[in-house]
Amino acid sequence: MARFLAPEAFSAATEDLSLLPFNLERTGTNQYLVSNVVGDFIRLTEDELNRLIDLRIRPGDGLYEKTYAAHLITGTNQKAQRQLLAARLRSRMSFLQHVTPLHIFVVTLRCEHSCPYCQVSRQSTDRSRFDMSEETAMRALDIAFASPAARIKIEFQGGEPLLNFPMIKTIVAAAKSRSGKKVDFVIASNLALLDDVVLDFCKANNILLSTSLDGPADLHNKNRPRPGANSHELAVAGIRRAKEILGPDRVGALMTTTEASLDRVDDIIDEYLQLGLDGIFLRPLSPFGFAIKTKQFAKYDAQKWLSIYEHGLRRVLEINRQGTPFREFYASLLLTRMLSDRPIGYVDLRSPAGAGLGALVYNYDGSVFASDEGRMLAETGDNAFRLGHVDQDSYNSLILSDKLIGAISSSLTQCAPECSTCVYESHCGADPVYHHATQGDALGIKPLSAFCARQKGIMGLLLDILDNSPEDAAILRRWAAS
Amino acid sequence: MTLPLYGTASHSAGFRPDKARSVVRLRAVDSSAERQAADFALAKTPDEVLRAREAGWPSIFVVSDGSIDSQVSGTFDGRLVAVPQKYGYLGDGDVLGFDHSSRKFRTLFRRNSAHNSFLVTERCNNYCLMCSQPPKDVDDRWILSEIKETLPLIDLATHALTFTGGETLSDWEDFIGVLKECRDRLPATAIQVLTNGRAFANSEIVDAWKDIGHPNLMAAIPVYASVDHIHDHVVQAKGAFDETLLGILKLKDRGQRVEIRVVLHALTAPIIEETGRWIARNLPFVDHVALMGLENTGFAIANDAMLWMDPMDYGDGLAKAVDCLSAAGVNVSVYNLPKCVLPRSVWPHALQSISDWKNGFVEECNRCDEKSTCSGFFTTGRPRFSRGVRAIISRVTN
Repeated sequence: MARFLAPEAFSAATEDLSLLPFNLERTGTNQYLVSNVVGDFIRLTEDELNRLIDLRIRPGDGLYEKTYAAHLITGTNQKAQRQLLAARLRSRMSFLQHVTPLHIFVVTLRCEHSCPYCQVSRQSTDRSRFDMSEETAMRALDIAFASPAARIKIEFQGGEPLLNFPMIKTIVAAAKSRSGKKVDFVIASNLALLDDVVLDFCKANNILLSTSLDGPADLHNKNRPRPGANSHELAVAGIRRAKEILGPDRVGALMTTTEASLDRVDDIIDEYLQLGLDGIFLRPLSPFGFAIKTKQFAKYDAQKWLSIYEHGLRRVLEINRQGTPFREFYASLLLTRMLSDRPIGYVDLRSPAGAGLGALVYNYDGSVFASDEGRMLAETGDNAFRLGHVDQDSYNSLILSDKLIGAISSSLTQCAPECSTCVYESHCGADPVYHHATQGDALGIKPLSAFCARQKGIMGLLLDILDNSPEDAAILRRWAAS
Repeated sequence: MTLPLYGTASHSAGFRPDKARSVVRLRAVDSSAERQAADFALAKTPDEVLRAREAGWPSIFVVSDGSIDSQVSGTFDGRLVAVPQKYGYLGDGDVLGFDHSSRKFRTLFRRNSAHNSFLVTERCNNYCLMCSQPPKDVDDRWILSEIKETLPLIDLATHALTFTGGETLSDWEDFIGVLKECRDRLPATAIQVLTNGRAFANSEIVDAWKDIGHPNLMAAIPVYASVDHIHDHVVQAKGAFDETLLGILKLKDRGQRVEIRVVLHALTAPIIEETGRWIARNLPFVDHVALMGLENTGFAIANDAMLWMDPMDYGDGLAKAVDCLSAAGVNVSVYNLPKCVLPRSVWPHALQSISDWKNGFVEECNRCDEKSTCSGFFTTGRPRFSRGVRAIISRVTN
């Protein structure tokens, strides 16, 4: 029998070690958060970090094992460490293979609500001015079907899209009669006009409903005024009816945060819970359209919103601890990115940005925008993200337009100042429309960006819970798993 | 008990001198299956010998401790093999390899077993501290020829076959030829190949593997740690971790099925939680992960002082590894460990993994309510028992 060799015989010499790329952030006097190329996090002390950077590490000293397993070092002649990172990065970025999977049809700009935070709607009975024509709709459909994605989602928006229900029916029928793509449909509606005719149509065509629910009746109705002051009553009745007719997972609700919501997060979450919804998306107020005009946006800053978010997330975790599965969807999204390599092409949190590559918006008048927020900017006179018009443009001319290429290429987090060295880069996204709206520049200065502050704040919070609260961490891990 | 799979025939006659070995398939005396050149009538009683001769069998295989001279001497000029009674487990459809001059034989295939495995070679480029089949640097390429001869004799209804070693890809071109034979001759049989995976770092080999186009082929590859030098020490080969991992990546890149195997002992078990978490995070795309109790035989006996760890002392880490892998959607199993030494959360993953011919239980197991679904123990080598072995009584008694 040959002799067996001792562990030392298999150790690499220090000169045979190389650093792999990583980002870091100081999190305490002696603490650093470090992430590898695919965003796996480890925490190192200042001494450990210095030893790592100087490669003053040896097999068996603990730091070697910790940093090798985290893909921060490799044997200079080894291939597997780099190949593994490459394979994982490829998986994470593979959402890019599905180009423009979302197509938003603004079938009307009219709405019977008059929400002060609304970015786009018009109270008008003038159908001819603010409704999408069939001709425009069919040209938009041509463009949608020219996109490369094998499966697309058509989302009907407004205004209140049900005010132009006939056009929804026309588009659904036309899309279904075309071959070559699988098509899913969503109607984003306040549900005030929901009736059995609409529900039967949704059921027959497997259409998902997405609605707005800002919280309990008093808050919701204050945020979302309409004649009769019964928006909440109609939305709740609509959700219940839709769950009954279409199925419990065929209707979702989104909240909009306003100043009036800030002290009401628990009430809002309870409202969602009572309605039997499976989670809530705690969203900040976006800085677009009327929201800027009416100074709604300026009324609370990122830090204040973060404290509200944390309060809400902890309430949601408490609900889970008490035995009711209920998610905060933004945390779920981030956790999926942080804890797995599943490709997440969520339009508002990816780099290259989701503008155009993730979604196109066909406005009622035929103009085409790179994102819903881009359309809202145009309503206030800023056409930075108006890519063209269905009458003059093709899918290719829209996607290859200088405007879109400029916005996407100048905002890549992989090479943007502050972003490219950020410890959270792997899990974040470029938001050229937001930064254009708030800073007049698609790239933006990140230390001044509320988007950046929120992203870092939420991910820091999630990491803190994952590291320090085992029971809550188990809940968060479940959110990431499916 | 351990089934004797190797042995020496007490008698043999009628084999051609120009051939060193034969592959022999046993057939019931009254079998109506079409007779092939390799087929022998299986006779366990004097009456069966008589009936075999009456039925015109040209080749007879006798299992008996008694003398068979009176039944066949002088009057039978066909091929004849006689083996002792302790090989009475042999049955219709079983296949053996027989060496003419030494009269040594090995049972290659047992039709009624779910655990048929072929040793492909004893050569290996790893030298694992706990190897149950210590490698030998010998020219044993005849084994592959024997396997090629065997495959046409195997029952088409066989669910699964395993190829083991040594390193099965030592002669990769010939071995891939064998896998192609499996594809063509046994299309309904799942094939598992135990390999250290290092050969797959070579794109030519992994491409050839993919080109087999086998519908149900799994490469089962050991990974012992998330860190290069720990794995390399366990397998006693510097650079093995890098090649093995590269091999796994190349296989998955080509859509091939891969199982990761972690053998648990004092060098790997204390870090199994980290290893499990690392696999879940980095290799969640593998098709199966098996966390395996140690078979205390071969080199494991020689290195007992370095390797033995009571499973009771790594149960917590094992449970966390299983939990983490499951949460990541990885199909994970625990092999070779009896339920009494495992945390309850692991039980749904604990399989009856030990091959039937070397599987046993201890007296304590007779009182245990879980015995029928438990792995039991290896009977090979020098079995070591955990201090946690005790009957599980699920009934509440007062």
